[in-house]
Amino acid sequence: MSEPVMSPVMSESAMPQKTFELRILRYTPGRDEKPAFGSFKVTGAEGMSVLEALQSIKDTLDGTLSFRWSCRMAVCGSCGMMINGTPKLACSTLLRDLPPGPVTVEPLQNFPIERDLVISVDAFVKKIESVYPYLIPREQKTVAEGPHLQTPAQMAAYESFSDCINCMLCYAACPQFGENPDFIGPGAMAMLQRYNGDSRDGGRQKRLDTIHGENGVWSCTAVGYCSEVCPKSVDPANAVNQNKTNSAFDFFLRFLRTEQPQ
Amino acid sequence: MQIFEADVLIIGAGGAGLRAAIAAAEADPSLTIALVSKVLPMRSHTVAAEGGSAGVIQAHDSLEAHFNDTVHGGDWLCEQDVVEYFVSETTAELIQLEHWGCPWSRKPDGEINVRAFGGMKIERTWFAADRTGFHILHTLFQTSTHYPSIKRFDEHFCLDLIVDDGRAQGATVLSPSTGKFTAIFARSVILATGGAGRVFRQNTNGGIVTGDGMALAYRHGVPLRDMEFVQYHPTCMPGSGILFTEACRGEGGYLVNKDGYRYLQDYGLGPVTTEPRNKAMELGPRDRLSQAFWQEERKGRTFVTPQGESAVYLDLRHLGRAKLMERLPLIFGLAEEFMGLDPAETPIPVRPAVHYTMGGILTDINTATPLAGLYAAGECSSVGIHGANRLGSNSLGELTVFGRVAGQEAVKFARGAPAVDPARLADQAKASVDKALAVRDRKTGGERHSVIRKEMATAMEKGCGIYRLGPEMQETCDKLAELKRRAENITLDDRTDIWNTDWLAALELGYQLDVAEAMAHSALQRRESRGAHQRLDGFEKRDDEKFLAHSLAHYRQGAAPEIAYGPVKITKSQPGERAYGALGEQLEKKDGAHV
Repeated sequence: MSEPVMSPVMSESAMPQKTFELRILRYTPGRDEKPAFGSFKVTGAEGMSVLEALQSIKDTLDGTLSFRWSCRMAVCGSCGMMINGTPKLACSTLLRDLPPGPVTVEPLQNFPIERDLVISVDAFVKKIESVYPYLIPREQKTVAEGPHLQTPAQMAAYESFSDCINCMLCYAACPQFGENPDFIGPGAMAMLQRYNGDSRDGGRQKRLDTIHGENGVWSCTAVGYCSEVCPKSVDPANAVNQNKTNSAFDFFLRFLRTEQPQ
Repeated sequence: MQIFEADVLIIGAGGAGLRAAIAAAEADPSLTIALVSKVLPMRSHTVAAEGGSAGVIQAHDSLEAHFNDTVHGGDWLCEQDVVEYFVSETTAELIQLEHWGCPWSRKPDGEINVRAFGGMKIERTWFAADRTGFHILHTLFQTSTHYPSIKRFDEHFCLDLIVDDGRAQGATVLSPSTGKFTAIFARSVILATGGAGRVFRQNTNGGIVTGDGMALAYRHGVPLRDMEFVQYHPTCMPGSGILFTEACRGEGGYLVNKDGYRYLQDYGLGPVTTEPRNKAMELGPRDRLSQAFWQEERKGRTFVTPQGESAVYLDLRHLGRAKLMERLPLIFGLAEEFMGLDPAETPIPVRPAVHYTMGGILTDINTATPLAGLYAAGECSSVGIHGANRLGSNSLGELTVFGRVAGQEAVKFARGAPAVDPARLADQAKASVDKALAVRDRKTGGERHSVIRKEMATAMEKGCGIYRLGPEMQETCDKLAELKRRAENITLDDRTDIWNTDWLAALELGYQLDVAEAMAHSALQRRESRGAHQRLDGFEKRDDEKFLAHSLAHYRQGAAPEIAYGPVKITKSQPGERAYGALGEQLEKKDGAHV
């Protein structure tokens, strides 16, 4: 039998209500010439998230405010935005954890704004589709033959990269992507490494071929901010680094291969 | 308006929709498959499933045991032939996911690992840490990009189905990003739009879980089956309802009341053991655990959280930090980020919240609805495996097994279907667009949709909660009728074209009100207690004579739904006493049937 327990939340008598001010970058295409800030005051539980504050504004003050959201638990990847200038998920950013004063909310930077906090995701989706984001089996196996064996150590080689929720915070953090929208970018590199690192996969060469070019892995200037902002500790910078090595090695091997016949 | 001609149209690109799309593409690569999702596919709510997916794999387990657990768990309201098919197919689907790259958690030797889950006699729940739904969804989405015949319509909102000549022939969709409408014509249509948990106040569901597909089928005359059976998950975050997976208890977590007492022993689930014991205590089924919480609350043995919600504790401390980090990393993070507590040091306050809609669009074992050319799979459907109470880890298997069946069946139907009549279909699409635009442009001084949504969610919680009373259910039914009238006068703040989410939310509310009405009326008319439907007003017992029957809610324009009943398919398991803990074990020994 476990002993009587007390939770820290019990020691607070009631969750205090607090008023927060949010400065939100607004833009409606066809109406606004350019984005401009609008200010809102929201009263709610002290522990409310930025997402809950946005929902409260939309429900009670201004139904025209547009933003994406769904799961509320930091796993669907919908609600990435710049909060006080940092790429964050609105659902898991609690207002009480931010410095006092107005909170600035803007759409994820480096992406075209479609409306208010909604940015265009098309280019990102194309990038992840471009790296052959599926298992290319090393050996063909039928379902009747059962699952592959994969030891926990083999899983560890790719598992963290498979945790990417495609929230695009790393792209908002990436100075190179800001300068060159065609840069393959950290998220797609993590996806590539997720499969290239998988012991069941045999598509490594095919994927490496997609990242040698001028918009590929070498465009990265190793700032590492992508990994810092990742809400799931995927460490895309590590994926990029591993692929710089792989790409260099691969290039060298190709050189040898083309030289050999002579 | 744009026109897109497909062979198979799939609405919804979560687990079931993606699995259906891949199955359809594999069944006939020459067919064009249109895959519509109102969000990017990887945002679909399958992403939030945590604990795992059941499939018999251990040598000492059997399909018969999985069948029995499922049918008993469903309080004998399952279609037993469908359950039999399901348990025989689910393991193959989990292996298929493995071949597509799903990172299932492994044993040290590299074999698939399984964990214990509520109501399951033997460990058979495959898991990918506590992000199983996330990994299944991403695996399916990524794999789907390999099939050129799948044409995705990401972030397209479905306004209505196109039904002509007595069969489903497409849908009208809106792209919020461009403000443009598309009529998608198809020779068969699959609905895979997920559940409707957002009609309740406190729930584990994402904002997108608004019952769209259920309402669309229902409005076209397809009955919604067993809608009164709504699952409360016993361990959720007070206030937000965010889920703490059943795997917390599968791994050995305890539920204790405010005095630190493992209260489940008082509700026929004991004896208390230190180690988890299958089908007992914390590994009882979800309906029983949520009901036990309700009883504890009435006895004054819960506590009130700062959010004003009653709660008990989920105590994971004895599992140790290392195990929590390995098996339950998501849960660990949720407790830390959202509640500011360290679950290795502090028990987590939890309470029940609405989690899953057991009922849905009526289908047969082949996922076909009564409307020709229309199929349904996943949570939006009622294929018949969950009965009155779903066992945890049976829904992810369902998505894959019946998603695949739906894809294959829709291909078969499409090949045999006559060509569409584009002019007639375009007229229907135009009518759907006009109807939606009327909602957007209504200018009278009506209410905000958020006001109506809140009243709906509160009324559903009050009348259709863990325990139900006739007068309260009637009140909820009346309230919903009132809200439907008021919803006709909703006025929006936003009348623009691009990303008008004010408009989409109003349309979703229309879907939610119809689904909520089907739930409340089905509940009111079931005068017995079974599984997740428990009454306290003279109908406390299961009544097999009158109610060993599926409810079928039929839509009636401008009126309350008509509730009819249909037979339950019983093949191998005659209805018996549903018991867990020591009593359950005794009964199993006695009748020998429940191996």
